[in-house]
Amino acid sequence: MTTAFNIVVCGSLVPDPLQTLEPIQGPMGPALKNEMMLPSVLDPWAGHSLFEAANLAKQNPGSKVTLISLGPKAKLQQLMMIIAQKVPFELVCLDGSASGFMDSREVAVALAGAIEKIPGLDKTKLLVFGGCSSASRDAGTTMQMIAEQLGISDVFLSADELKVQPDGSFRILERIEGGQYQVSTCAGAPAVIGWATGNLPEPPNNPQVGMTNMRTIMPALQKAQPAALKTGAIKFASVELPKQQRQTRIVKDTPVEEIAKEIVTWIKG
Amino acid sequence: MSTANAEKRALMSTLPGDDVRQIMWRFTDRYDLQMVVQSTRSVARGVVARMVADKQRHTHEWTPEKAAMLKAFDEAGITAAFIEPEQGGYISGPKNLVLAMIAFELCWVDAGAATASLANNLALEPIHEKGTPEQIQKYMGGCVPPKPGENRKIIRGSFALTEPLPYVGVDAGMLSGRIRIAEWKEGKEPVLQVEKRGRFITNMGYANFVTASVDSDDPRIKSSCMVILEENDPGLYDRGAPTLKLVHQLSSTHDPIFNLKVPASRIIGGYTVKDGVIIPNFSNSEVIEAVFRRTRVTVGIMTTAKLLSAIEPVIRYQRTRFRGGESATPGTPRYDLGIQQKEDPCHRLVDVWATGEAGASLGFEGARLFDAFDVMEHEKDKIFNEQGIKGARAQMKAFMGPRKKALEYIELMAKPEAKRDVKRIAELESDLLVQYLIKESLADVYCPAGKLWNTGYGATMMREAVSLMGGYGITEDCPGFLTQKWSDAQLEATYEGPECVQRRQLSLTMVNEIFLAQFKNWIKDLRELAKRKPEMGACALAGAMELWLWSLEYLQTHKDVNGKTLYGGQRQGVMFPMTDALAWLLGARQLILDTLELEKKGPENPTLAEGLAGMVNFYSDLSGVQSARAAGEVGKICADLIYGYQASSDCCSTVSPELKAFAELRAKTDACFSGLRFSKDRAAEAVAQVMIPEALDYPL
Repeated sequence: MTTAFNIVVCGSLVPDPLQTLEPIQGPMGPALKNEMMLPSVLDPWAGHSLFEAANLAKQNPGSKVTLISLGPKAKLQQLMMIIAQKVPFELVCLDGSASGFMDSREVAVALAGAIEKIPGLDKTKLLVFGGCSSASRDAGTTMQMIAEQLGISDVFLSADELKVQPDGSFRILERIEGGQYQVSTCAGAPAVIGWATGNLPEPPNNPQVGMTNMRTIMPALQKAQPAALKTGAIKFASVELPKQQRQTRIVKDTPVEEIAKEIVTWIKG
Repeated sequence: MSTANAEKRALMSTLPGDDVRQIMWRFTDRYDLQMVVQSTRSVARGVVARMVADKQRHTHEWTPEKAAMLKAFDEAGITAAFIEPEQGGYISGPKNLVLAMIAFELCWVDAGAATASLANNLALEPIHEKGTPEQIQKYMGGCVPPKPGENRKIIRGSFALTEPLPYVGVDAGMLSGRIRIAEWKEGKEPVLQVEKRGRFITNMGYANFVTASVDSDDPRIKSSCMVILEENDPGLYDRGAPTLKLVHQLSSTHDPIFNLKVPASRIIGGYTVKDGVIIPNFSNSEVIEAVFRRTRVTVGIMTTAKLLSAIEPVIRYQRTRFRGGESATPGTPRYDLGIQQKEDPCHRLVDVWATGEAGASLGFEGARLFDAFDVMEHEKDKIFNEQGIKGARAQMKAFMGPRKKALEYIELMAKPEAKRDVKRIAELESDLLVQYLIKESLADVYCPAGKLWNTGYGATMMREAVSLMGGYGITEDCPGFLTQKWSDAQLEATYEGPECVQRRQLSLTMVNEIFLAQFKNWIKDLRELAKRKPEMGACALAGAMELWLWSLEYLQTHKDVNGKTLYGGQRQGVMFPMTDALAWLLGARQLILDTLELEKKGPENPTLAEGLAGMVNFYSDLSGVQSARAAGEVGKICADLIYGYQASSDCCSTVSPELKAFAELRAKTDACFSGLRFSKDRAAEAVAQVMIPEALDYPL
């Protein structure tokens, strides 16, 4: 049995992690130094969820993938030149800040509102995908709040696999402690899935796919609505880079047992 | 570092990103191109960089790893970028800028990879330009990677012109290939016997077909031509031994030998039979002219990409040079700035950067010119065909009227906008032949100038870039592969026509009155610009352009002290330095124009808002640096030529009024250098504080 899904992927841009990311106090609150000038990439977790969505859509003919991105539209346009080449999708763009210092609840409300407005959306076939986390903010709360806004009660986080069973139900693997998976069965759509890395490699760029996507992406960017985000909703007492700690010793031919013992001692503090 | 500036200007905050490049190189509206750039970049900084890091350059053989690179090209749309949509490609219209962008991105990491990609296009170019519809469909379509579900093997090609075979009696100026009729049965298609030896033939290790230049060795074949050879043709298709290149090792290069029987339908562009003689529709030179007119633009971009790719690794090296040592503790200038505390390394890096930017500006303008020119050329051919105008002489006659109109148009455009005859200008703008001549005059100059200057001077500056890395630069694991790029640059200055070929071509095209008329207008524009933005060096550049123009006219109309013509004939010692001088001027001017474009269009992009002022300031200063260097070079070259052929007894005196005029013009130009050293200081200051990524985005 195949089902045609409406798969909505929530994902936006983050600064290229190779860049120097230096927090500063901007006029609107904390920001990264030269943030708008830095090259961006698709948030890696959102990227995994997009590739999983495209794969699921391919296996279930009639399915449609929509990417909802909240970010500065000019920067999103640049980003689309890369990711539009990966897999087929349609874009809904919300013009606003993609900064890691935004309040995740406000972001969730904006994204959920945009999902509700997708023309012809059939909620019984709706799968909302996104990253379980983000490279710019690691709270891991946005997807849960989107589910709450949309009234979807089946929420799976840190998922690495979703298989559609012959009866139309889903078998989902969620990461839990100790490299283990929690295996869940879900009756079917609607559901919200916050993806970890998934199992798929990043698809190679294909400008031909990109050219097809751009026919709908450019109009979507042009009619992007401003996202009503209130920057004052959250206050940051201070922001700083995590301290880098590197205490490397190079010791040759150390027995494995001894290495394990040393790690245990280190963990115990 | 002292800049002696009273006014503190915004500094460049980050390295220029795609938004900046898209504006400067005029492809903000070309989404197809932007995607090809991203796609190619991921292959270059992924698969290709990994191969260089894994020492695939250490073998001349074609390895499975190198073959995997071609597959990556196919998947990323690089292979099909050249092909027309009718044959399975995906980009409509002229491809010069697209191919230049692909070459730029690949050469950012490795030029051999770019050569492998471009060589297939080069093989197809004769077919693309002059091939019959059947040839176009078969070979262009065959080079498109099969789509999913399509049961077909992709074919790849090589281009075999004529290369000198040392010690075997083959002259570089002669065609080494021969063609004669092997069999011609009544009512059947003739079968040709093709003998060809090639040297330094790229892609030959795996090419399935070859487009080869051959001359007639049979009175029943009227002229030279290009012919397509296939690997399964009866006879000898010997790929030959791999060439022992010291550079560009990621491309496959062999010295092949062919002795094959092929049907006459393989003559590129077809043939007609008259009185029992095969007359190729296009001679070898007609095909080659159409091919090389375009493909050399791309090669110039290759060396330019290396220079610009060197900036980030050099800055990182300079800044971190002392870290880890006892004297460089975090927070100290020695720790933060490293070698960049000193003026010299920053100044030298600015010179490398300015060369790279000017080269890119020149090269991409050349590519854009050809994109526009290609369309006009096809239209022109159509008009002439309809009017039955054939052959060079008939075309020249047909162009006599449009030439006058082209000069009139240029003169009208020289007037201030308010005083122009708008109606007449509109008339002349809608005249295709007029606009064709104007575009042609530019294309014929920009192509050889870009190839000449970008590769030649680019190779010199690549040496400078390597030297800025200290001893680290001369290692194979130097970040950014700078040593490999330096040596690769030398080949780019040589292949597809070495520097002397470009100088020869330029010495003929740069004296075209239509080009010179535009050149004069540019001088006026620069003088105007100098009032508004003195830091760009427009005044010095305008002065140098006047000096060059004056010198050209003098050299064309005067003889040396022995009564021998100065400009013309075999006097390469006069003509060639003037071509070098012109190339300097064109690069510097184009950088100014691209910077002005950034200043004008940058505000339309909100992502650039916070850093635009600093970026424009930096590029303005870089333009000033390049203008000063160009003006200096031109002054030196012109003085050498103008005084150098006077009588030695005239030394230390400027008795002739003409020489006095030259001296005054040069002195005026020199005076325009005022303040341009501060442009360099400011650019150096920007280089010393610009934010760079934490690490290079491709492996070491």
